[in-house]
Amino acid sequence: MTGPLATMPSSMPTTRPITPHRLAEPGHAPAEDLAILIDGFSSWYGELQALRDLTLRIPAQRVTAFIGPSGCGKSTLLRWINRMNDLVPGARAEGALKLHDWDLLDKRADVVELRMRVGMVFQKPNPFPKSIYENIAFGPRLHRRLRRRELDELVEQSLRQAALWDEVKDRLRQSALGLSGGQQQRLCIARALAVGPEVLLMDEPCSALDPKSTARVEELIAELRQRYTIVIVTHNMQQAARVSDYTAFLFQGELIEHGPTDRIFMKPDKQQTEDYIRGRFG
Amino acid sequence: MRAASEAAVYTALIFCGLFSLCTTGAIIAVLTVETIEFFRLPEVTVVDFLTGLKWSPLLGTEKHFGIWPLVAGTALVTVIAMGLALPLGLVTAIYLSEYARPAVRNVLKPTLEVIAGIPTVVFGYFALTVITPGLQWFHPGFGVYNAMSAGLAVGMMCLPIVTSLSEDALRAVPRSLREGAYGLGGTRLEVSTRVVLPAALSGIIAAFLLAIARAIGETMIVALAAGSAPLQLRERPLSALDPRSEVQPMTGYMVQIFLGDTSNFGVEYRSSYAVAAALFVLTFALTIIGHRVRVRFRQAYE
Amino acid sequence: MSPGPNILALRARRLRRDRLFVLVCVASAFASLLILGLLLASIIAKGMTHLDLSFLTSAPSRRPSDAGIYPALWGSIWVCMVCALTAVPLGVGTAILLEEFKPRGRWLSRAHGFVQLNITNLAGVPSIVYGILGLTAFVNMFGLLGHPNDPAWELGTPGNWYYLRLPLGRSVLAGGLTLMLVVLPVVIISAQEALRAVPNSLRQGALALGSTRWQVVRRMTLPAAVPGIMTGTILAMSRAIGEAAPVLVIAGIVYITFTPEHLMDDFTVMPLQIFNWAQRPQEEFYRVAATGILVLLALLLTFNAVAVFIRYRFQRPLS
Repeated sequence: MTGPLATMPSSMPTTRPITPHRLAEPGHAPAEDLAILIDGFSSWYGELQALRDLTLRIPAQRVTAFIGPSGCGKSTLLRWINRMNDLVPGARAEGALKLHDWDLLDKRADVVELRMRVGMVFQKPNPFPKSIYENIAFGPRLHRRLRRRELDELVEQSLRQAALWDEVKDRLRQSALGLSGGQQQRLCIARALAVGPEVLLMDEPCSALDPKSTARVEELIAELRQRYTIVIVTHNMQQAARVSDYTAFLFQGELIEHGPTDRIFMKPDKQQTEDYIRGRFG
Repeated sequence: MRAASEAAVYTALIFCGLFSLCTTGAIIAVLTVETIEFFRLPEVTVVDFLTGLKWSPLLGTEKHFGIWPLVAGTALVTVIAMGLALPLGLVTAIYLSEYARPAVRNVLKPTLEVIAGIPTVVFGYFALTVITPGLQWFHPGFGVYNAMSAGLAVGMMCLPIVTSLSEDALRAVPRSLREGAYGLGGTRLEVSTRVVLPAALSGIIAAFLLAIARAIGETMIVALAAGSAPLQLRERPLSALDPRSEVQPMTGYMVQIFLGDTSNFGVEYRSSYAVAAALFVLTFALTIIGHRVRVRFRQAYE
Repeated sequence: MSPGPNILALRARRLRRDRLFVLVCVASAFASLLILGLLLASIIAKGMTHLDLSFLTSAPSRRPSDAGIYPALWGSIWVCMVCALTAVPLGVGTAILLEEFKPRGRWLSRAHGFVQLNITNLAGVPSIVYGILGLTAFVNMFGLLGHPNDPAWELGTPGNWYYLRLPLGRSVLAGGLTLMLVVLPVVIISAQEALRAVPNSLRQGALALGSTRWQVVRRMTLPAAVPGIMTGTILAMSRAIGEAAPVLVIAGIVYITFTPEHLMDDFTVMPLQIFNWAQRPQEEFYRVAATGILVLLALLLTFNAVAVFIRYRFQRPLS
């Protein structure tokens, strides 16, 4: 094995190598390739500061990974992008957080619209206690009036995108809870895609899955990156190396380093980054 | 030595456990025996009891013992009560579980607990002295004793049960489901009604059934406010649907008998046991079904 | 992908419905407050006129102005004490059996579940049915021991404070035992919850030191659960004091002007006295009933305050 994986302690079974693709260096990316802008962003839970003055650009149609030890704020940052932190009493933020030109921290921002454009997949699969069909149809039904045939097509399309269609096409009316863990997570991905977002946020999507399911989800991410901007939080560095184009390393609420994945993993600028990647802490 | 005292304690505890079983057994035994004695009396037949539409044990020489007027009376009061308690209780529960800030909860929950602790005589008094005059001011057709007044008071009494148990059911729905629904762009109303409420449905149905059982068994409110004239189903069947009229539910009849001077062995006295048996069967069935529903559908999202 | 007009129109409607629902929720919450407020206000308004010391110390009378709640108050207290002294041992014992001595075998586990289910069912039985049971089992004692007026067994005479007779007849003891039946499920369930709240680590620590199951309960679990059990018992007694239906079946509406002097004495309780007054045709008796309600509510408030006090004062962290 060559490349970044060769220097990593291998605790995961090796997977098929992800097809390499064109990497864009930050600063050289044309303006329209930028999806999410984070500038001087800080956040608090009540009195406790969780994120400190972060500045970061997330390019469109690429996979960006947030890595760092537990408690570094990567999930918190992710959840601000679709304003899920609104559900947490006492959470507040300052600075700039923009999706294209849209200021996401504006109090008057339409959160429903935001979440239609920015979907989320959670750490533990959380299908609704409804049928597989109903799970996928839930999102689209909220936002649009669809005829039966349109909805059927949308459900099939979403399940195909999530590489789940063949496995469930004969049991769409059965409860989603009857699926295995890996299938449930792919269902949640399909459910998020059905709404038609442009950004997909994934909060440690594989940490509750077995290695085989993890591999399938990682394949899925590779397929999806062509159409969606993906931001993935992971505590598994090898996964970040396998799957992402850009990586941001956070530590105790601060952004230590950010750049193309193979540069971060092979020649990190900061000693702290190198220590973390080599497994010396966290 | 230690083993002996340990065994003695264990025996005492078993006795305690058996006591509750004996209570149920005793209730069933007493009601069954007395009901059989009731049906042995010449004026009464089982068929008439179960299918008859006239209940007039205390008037004159011709006595009828069809139970349906009393059941209809109970049903009328209960329907009115549930019409108040179920919607109001469920909406309050959703509010407490999905919307309310801690400041509001700290006022609302104690209020409901206070209402739950008020003795039912007080509700009966309230029905008689405030609700009935209020209804009469609204529409003169309401009699001094009427079903609506009693029904509303029973509903108020049941409100804390519905709210509290429904709220427990809603809160038991895992947070991850809500997050998933919000993440898809749902408004709070949509998340509450399309995801949380269906997931909690079994607990809510159990709460409803328990409230209905409570309303059916309520005695003092109806004794004070509903009246003592059983519905005349044979003569005027649709009178059962009129909430302005006086009505006598099953529990009201029992109170009337025990208040009175009827002899201990007369057919009237015995009839109250038969009514009690019917009442017990109804509430017992509701409690069991409620329990089954809660247990059977609890695994729905686990 | 910018949202089409279809989506935007629907969005506006969704947000409007969301705001409307918030109003509905607030209104419903307000309704509960309104009900309570109206209830208390009307009772205070009607009851204040008669509320004075003589009301608390007189007996009921044919004239509203002379009516008092003294006998009913003491009747309630006597009955409540009998109820507490019998319900607590039985209830706590059952709770200990169900929580601390859980069986492992298949059939015993089924029996355990059956007993538990039975208690849940008993909690749902209407209180008037308990009255009927009490009438047959305690007052008449199934007819096996003669008639109350002609008892099969007596201890002392009605003049002594320790007078007892079997069958119990329409006595304070019979009333207390009947109310015990009514509140027993409540005591059991709240005692179970208090025992469940004791962390397992305490039990396991004691067991590891070689205690028997009962010793663990007696020395560790039960003392830790006492505040919770006391709170539950006090709340159960509040329920008992407010019950009129069972006492109506047991004692009937009798004109009682004296307080009980022994356990076999006739008696009445406050809710029943209130019921009695509210049924009288004279308008003035409505006010007297309201005054009685105020006394009853004051007593309940005291009980609940004591329960809350115990809960806050003695709820030490246990681990």
